Amino acid sequence: MTKKITFTIDGKTIDSKSGQSIMDACEAQGIYIPRLCDSKGLVPQGSCRVCSVKVNGRVVAACTQPVEDGANIEHETNEIQGYRKDLVRMLFHEGNHLCPICEASGRCELQAMAYRFGISQATTYPYLQPVRPVDASHPDIALDNNRCILCGRCIRASRDVDGKNVFEYIGRGIHKRIGVNGDCLADTNAELSDYAMSHEVCPVGCIIRKGEGFFAPVGERQYDMDKIGSSIESPGNPSSDKLIKVHQIDPGCFNKDMP
Amino acid sequence: MKKKRIATTSLAGCFGCHMSLLDIDERIFDLLELVEFDRSPLNDLKKFTRRCDIGLIEGGCCNEENVHVLREFRQNCDILVAVGQCAIMGGLPVMRNAIMHSDDPLRECLEEAYCTPKVLNPENQIPNDPALPLLLDKVYTCVDVVKIDYQIPGCPPSGETIWQALNALVRNEAPALDYALIKYD
Repeated sequence: MTKKITFTIDGKTIDSKSGQSIMDACEAQGIYIPRLCDSKGLVPQGSCRVCSVKVNGRVVAACTQPVEDGANIEHETNEIQGYRKDLVRMLFHEGNHLCPICEASGRCELQAMAYRFGISQATTYPYLQPVRPVDASHPDIALDNNRCILCGRCIRASRDVDGKNVFEYIGRGIHKRIGVNGDCLADTNAELSDYAMSHEVCPVGCIIRKGEGFFAPVGERQYDMDKIGSSIESPGNPSSDKLIKVHQIDPGCFNKDMP
Repeated sequence: MKKKRIATTSLAGCFGCHMSLLDIDERIFDLLELVEFDRSPLNDLKKFTRRCDIGLIEGGCCNEENVHVLREFRQNCDILVAVGQCAIMGGLPVMRNAIMHSDDPLRECLEEAYCTPKVLNPENQIPNDPALPLLLDKVYTCVDVVKIDYQIPGCPPSGETIWQALNALVRNEAPALDYALIKYD
């Protein structure tokens, strides 16, 4: 049973109802909480932590944490924004995210999130430059695991929406990756019409729909002018301004002591 | 105000970022009111004439000459700016690093490039003239080699992006970019 509750976010009091996540409660009020592993229509799993907020002094994932009566939520504080920025930065360093050659550039949620945070480019950490296999066996779909950020959206979309279980996590820690239900994608029952293969599901350029690349010209792509989350944010919210000055170009912090 | 001295170079890049610098069009006259170019491919100066205020680096390091030039720039410039994706994170040349699965990756890369029938190279010869700089085992980003003070993202950064960033730098300010100017492609 849902009941009326009240919580505060960044000092602003919000009337809401119980039985929903912090993210959904905020979204209903026109407050966008950044997210990468969560997507509309999929079960939230709270793995990317980009939606981190502080509830009563404790950092939680806004997509999985239920909203409570009287909760004091910190959302766009310097500390929380710093965590989110670093998480997005580390994703850029963990995979091979070569935007100039990627067909997802312009509609990539990872890239758009970095633009939103004003990350001119991350250099605080060394680049891992992993070597991961590309699976182009399927006639209509290719998988470039070098761009995968392990959000698991394809796993949930295939399992819960398509009822197919094409994808699953394999391994743990740094060895964790997305595997397919067979030796290669061609061995599975994956089809181009699957929801898991749509642009809405893969936030980066890992799941490639063959023959559809670079269809939108530069300047007319999804996030070229519109900030990610601007469709959720209410116009009164200052961070919904289309043109926002970023703080400054990030200085390269890595190898500070070198000549 | 004393004119700032600027040096530029293109390492493992395509000169696109230098083209983009020229893409500020007639504002180049305004720029020349504020700065003076030292070592740069634009004026064909090969050596530093004196110490510079700002050094613009295009491209990462794929051979020993790149490393040498980059270190020289660090020694001779007060502020070093990585311009474009190649200088920042390797860009297109860094794709070479993705064939590191091989036991002899550099050889495999060169053989693919020069010894496959796709290119006209009847003697199947891999260039190895002593005058050519030695290739590195992999492509390194600028921050792997020296300290970089600022970065201007883009492939290439638009003329407007470079203009805004340079304008801030010659006024001793940290560059700030509009949302629409932060692009990684």
